[in-house]
Amino acid sequence: MIRFLIRRIALTLPTFVALMFVTFVAIRLVPGDPVEVRVGEHGISPERLAEFRHQLGLDQPVWKQFADYVWRLFHGDFGTSVVTNQKVLTEFFTLFPATLELAFCALIFAIGIGIPAGAVAAVKRGSTYDHMLMGMSLTGYSMPIFWWGLLLVMFFSERLGWTPVSGRIDLIQYYFEPVTGFMLIDALLSDQPGAFWSALSHLALPAIVLGTIPLAIIARMTRSSMLEVLNEDYVRTAKAKGLAPWRVIGLHALRNALIPVITIIGLQVGGLMGGAVLTEYIFAWPGVGHWLIDAISRRDYPALQGGIMLISSIVIIVNLFVDVLYGTVNPRIRHGR
Amino acid sequence: MTTRQLMNSLGVAMAMCLAAGGAANAKALVYCLEGSPENFNPALTTTNTSLDASRHVFDQLVEFERGTTNLIPGLAESWEFSDGGKTVTFHLRKGVKFGAVKDFTPTRDFNADDVLFSFNRQLKPDHPYHMVTGGKFDTFNDMDMGKIIQSIEKKDDSTVVFHLSEPNAPFMANLAMDFASIGSAEYADALTKKGTPEQIDQVPVGTGPYSFVAYQKDTVIRFKARPDYFRGKPAIDDYIISIVPDPTVRFAKLKAGECTLMGFPRPSDLPEMEKDKSLQVMHQPGLNIAYWTFNEQKKPFDDVRVRRALIMAIDKAAIIRDVYGNTGQAAKNPIPPTIWSYNDTVKDYPYDPEKSKTLLKEAGVTTPLDIDLWYMPVQRPYNPNPKRIGEMMQADLSKIGVNAKLVTYEWGEYRKRLQQGEAMTGQLGWTGDNGDPDNFFFLLGCNAARDGGQNIARFCDKTYEDKLQKARQSTDKEERAQLYEDMQTIAHDQAVWFTIAHSVVYEIAKSNLTGYKISPLGRHEFAGADLK
Repeated sequence: MIRFLIRRIALTLPTFVALMFVTFVAIRLVPGDPVEVRVGEHGISPERLAEFRHQLGLDQPVWKQFADYVWRLFHGDFGTSVVTNQKVLTEFFTLFPATLELAFCALIFAIGIGIPAGAVAAVKRGSTYDHMLMGMSLTGYSMPIFWWGLLLVMFFSERLGWTPVSGRIDLIQYYFEPVTGFMLIDALLSDQPGAFWSALSHLALPAIVLGTIPLAIIARMTRSSMLEVLNEDYVRTAKAKGLAPWRVIGLHALRNALIPVITIIGLQVGGLMGGAVLTEYIFAWPGVGHWLIDAISRRDYPALQGGIMLISSIVIIVNLFVDVLYGTVNPRIRHGR
Repeated sequence: MTTRQLMNSLGVAMAMCLAAGGAANAKALVYCLEGSPENFNPALTTTNTSLDASRHVFDQLVEFERGTTNLIPGLAESWEFSDGGKTVTFHLRKGVKFGAVKDFTPTRDFNADDVLFSFNRQLKPDHPYHMVTGGKFDTFNDMDMGKIIQSIEKKDDSTVVFHLSEPNAPFMANLAMDFASIGSAEYADALTKKGTPEQIDQVPVGTGPYSFVAYQKDTVIRFKARPDYFRGKPAIDDYIISIVPDPTVRFAKLKAGECTLMGFPRPSDLPEMEKDKSLQVMHQPGLNIAYWTFNEQKKPFDDVRVRRALIMAIDKAAIIRDVYGNTGQAAKNPIPPTIWSYNDTVKDYPYDPEKSKTLLKEAGVTTPLDIDLWYMPVQRPYNPNPKRIGEMMQADLSKIGVNAKLVTYEWGEYRKRLQQGEAMTGQLGWTGDNGDPDNFFFLLGCNAARDGGQNIARFCDKTYEDKLQKARQSTDKEERAQLYEDMQTIAHDQAVWFTIAHSVVYEIAKSNLTGYKISPLGRHEFAGADLK
């Protein structure tokens, strides 16, 4: 197991380095730079332009800028935002709990509905339910998040008035200092009546929007995995032994069918981070996705680089964890057989 | 009542049972802001988004009367000019208090030390707070304050003297801008002792109508009305800024009652907004101008007949209708009608392609004539679709035998090259900073006609220049107004620009908001507003 872990960790290092380089170059290929973006029709004198570019290190050759960046990164310095002058690491971890809370709830939504739906579709293969579910899953997978989010807002918030439009909590009724950064937990800790319900109701639509694509993928994967497993001899044996259907499906079939689904769930973390960018924008959710969009338009190189590196690191770590979990669940993987 | 409203009402009822009576009657206004602030120091930011975030904490020596560009006394209750306009002596209000924040309670009233601190921080590179938070005082430099102000002197606690390098009438309007907000020197000293000077730009302290309570990054900014504000406690107790980037979502929040006011609506939402009885739609021309200019240093644009010909070849009404819709108003002068001294007697050039052809012939220009037409690669406050406008112009010009090649570059590059004089003709625009006409008319001044300057037309007319300098040095508003009116006539007669439009600014509010006035400067100010 230790050897397996070391092997996996060793494989992530080149990924990390390549990511650093690609991010650094890609950001600089976008037209404009942090100084030019700030300057409007007033223009800027050549002296001030040179001074600002020097302050930001933009007057150095690109290779030197990269070397300086890597050197600082390995000392834990992710840089300082050129817009807010705050440390990138501080800004990221101020906002990350909001993204984590949203992504977690989206994943719970996706898993909580996707796995049972996929399992039932497999069991009732060929039925109207199966076709309906797979059709909905394909639709969910294909829908643009932006459009889906606005549609839900217009229907559930505007038309029906069932949910708030955006944000994390009712700003007029509730005010408390964040403790953990997770609004549901902070609302409970605040002891203000109605705060938790307000936070939960604000989380509903964003979590559904963000969780829709993972739900579709998880449902389909569960279904196809279940179909394979349901044809296995041990399932036939369990049925022949007279076990109740829920034991056959729930304990014997589903448990084995979930092995590839775990991998898929791990891969969804990357998708959730990407999807969070758009979801946070629509719902004014103050997470790292929203922050990164601002960083792009402002050409805030340190925030962009730092934010992408941090999110990618999280995705890499989660996938590493999923690999380990997969290895634990499936000994054949662990022993390389 | 909808389900959400019912649940909210139950939650509110439970909360109110436990709350003190006074707090339950507090009026709260939510302004939906389109982006997050960079910081809370108006001197360190140039975007209206960031300025809106901190504006209510501060006052300036002089201020813009709400909803106008007129100057009124602020923290200075009076002032006088001397030494031929090179010295301005301000008499400061007494008894003005600073607001308190979580970790700082002021122990003294506002005085001259605070004025010196606020300006010297920007003026002097060796000031201990100059480089705190990066030292990028863009607006202070853009307005040439470093060249205009020679020094600032404290005569006594209630008197401050500004020594200028030369008389400068727009200087007073500059002092009303947000970058000239007065901060607390006492707060700065306290933060220096604590070793956290950068907090000065994150947790602002000022003399304004509201005190800063808290900022949750990218979410909400909270302010509390100050009972001891020198103009009287604002009617709205809790001022909340909710950060909502998407305009469709802002509109949804407005309808749902989660916002009281929003700006920058989607033009396609305007008809629905106007029909909604629970909303009030306010609008006025923005303090801006979109124009297409001709480089007079490149033939044949040195001939005024050619410039007039091209102006009359363009169907301006079609551009306003098809590109701006109801978000633009046709322009005929370099300044918008919201600025004092606007000359309404100027008659715009008509759309007359036949006359254009005649003028070109008179000027000895043979067609087809090849020119370039530079258009901006980005949307600007004064121009929603530069490419489309460029294409429409190109089509109009082709009808009079002028072949316009459309050219553009990345925005920074575009501006740089335009200002270097590379283009024959180009689109640009301007958004006013301080409501003073000089802030627009300098764009056609001789000083700005240098390489790298903002006078893209390279227009340099002695009569115009003399009037510009005279207006700049006069403190007589009537005299200045007459001079600017004359300059508008000159600009029109010399056909320096094809003035396209002033964009129209829309702000939408709940109908229960009263006393709010749209600012021509794009400011959102709620100190005089109320909720009925």
